[in-house]
Amino acid sequence: MAYSFDFSAVFDYSDVLLQGILMTVQLTAVGTVFGVGLGIVGAAVMTSRSRILRVIVSAYVELIRNTPFLVQLFFIFFGLPALGFRLSAWEAASLAMVINLGAYSTEIIRAGIEATPKGQIEAGLSLGMNRVQVFRHIIISPAMQRIWPALSSQIVIVMLGSAVCSQIAAEELTYAANFIQSRNFRAFESYFVTTILYLALAIALRFVLKMVGNHMFKRRSHA
Amino acid sequence: MSLVKLQGIRKSYGSNEVLKGIDLTVNEGQVVALIGRSGSGKSTLLRTINGLEEINGGALEVDGEMLRPGHTNLRALRMKVGMVFQQFNLFPHLSAIENVMLAPVVVKKQNKAEAREVAAACLAKVGLADKEKSYPDQLSGGQQQRVAIARALAMQPRVLLCDEITSALDPELVNEVLNVVRKLAEEGMTLILVTHEMRFARDVCDNLVFMHGGKIREQGEPEQLFAAPATAELSQFVGSVAFH
Ligand SMILES: Nc1ncnc2c1ncn2[C@@H]1O[C@H](COP(=O)(O)OP(=O)(O)O)[C@@H](O)[C@H]1O
Ligand SMILES: [Mg+2]
Repeated sequence: MAYSFDFSAVFDYSDVLLQGILMTVQLTAVGTVFGVGLGIVGAAVMTSRSRILRVIVSAYVELIRNTPFLVQLFFIFFGLPALGFRLSAWEAASLAMVINLGAYSTEIIRAGIEATPKGQIEAGLSLGMNRVQVFRHIIISPAMQRIWPALSSQIVIVMLGSAVCSQIAAEELTYAANFIQSRNFRAFESYFVTTILYLALAIALRFVLKMVGNHMFKRRSHA
Repeated sequence: MSLVKLQGIRKSYGSNEVLKGIDLTVNEGQVVALIGRSGSGKSTLLRTINGLEEINGGALEVDGEMLRPGHTNLRALRMKVGMVFQQFNLFPHLSAIENVMLAPVVVKKQNKAEAREVAAACLAKVGLADKEKSYPDQLSGGQQQRVAIARALAMQPRVLLCDEITSALDPELVNEVLNVVRKLAEEGMTLILVTHEMRFARDVCDNLVFMHGGKIREQGEPEQLFAAPATAELSQFVGSVAFH
């Protein structure tokens, strides 16, 4: 038996694929911007002196890191409407991505903050800065620089994990693939192309994150 | 007149009492060196003077700013007290001039142009006018320490604390830093230094304070103290340090 490959059956749906890619990119962008923002706040709290806030944030982090992303997504999309909190598939998917990345990046950024030499903090305090000023102007930038590679990897993981959002009919790339193969019955070709597209997206994302890092932590050339 | 006044300062870490009632007065324009063996409490004492260590007893006053146990207006105190550390502690993500500008902009709310001018003047003062744009890791230890001094000066402190600021430096870089301190002393800056540079202490300081076991054992003019130590501990200490 010889299977005859027909990739044109997939490319006939290239507009669907394109829509899927677009939504995956959007979900990733929203998830990254707000997720990392949440992570910075979370990490600030985790390294603060307020015990109550620390307990709350670590409960959040542990809850998210020890439950499946799919279940988190279902809870937001199917569970929350019971409380009158109804979201579209896209909104639910975005929120789930933000909450998920927020938890992981809290942990990652916290490690970066904790690596701050104590002397730098004392130098800031001795200049009359308060704790918030020390965090903003002294701690956070070198901390982000330290953990940027680890955070970048986590962002890529979350981008790939967004495939799960097809399960609530968020029309991202995997949803597009499912849709196409249900129409053309070309499962191999559909998922092959999708695999390559994810690979390309991941490589592109790593590149973009590297550029963003270079820009944010740029150092002028030797004076 | 008296600028820094310590009365019965006590400080413990757990059950370990490191400062056992320190009385010390430093007058405006005075240069005071704290000397003594490692572990005698010199750093701890210096750190209490700008509130980096909480005190358990006694009172401290700098230029009218009071500090007692439990009572803390650290910000007001720290605005009057500058500090330079053994390990420089520059901010690695900021250039030399940004290091110097940061606190005036953030704490004193100076506008950036004004702060930049002040910072440039401070860097020029420590001989680093040409290093404004350099980052800490592009500077030698001696240069980093001079930036750290400029950073403290930019806040226009009434008194500058220096904790073994040449101890982390290669020997050939020590003098460029000491010369800056010497210049500040000549200009009338009030200085409290922890130092192992005995020759420097003898030449530059008005007053020498010998600490031992969390107490001030002896104090007085350097020549006098070195020539005729009153206590066995100080004569032992003087014998153990080199005058290079
Ligand atoms: N953070 C700290 N926690 C506990 N003990 C400390 C701490 N800092 C200093 N000490 C102790 O206080 C004593 C005095 O230390 P320090 O002031 O650093 O002495 P010096 O600067 O004269 O060498 C030492 O016995 C030291 O072990
Ligand atoms: Mg010390």
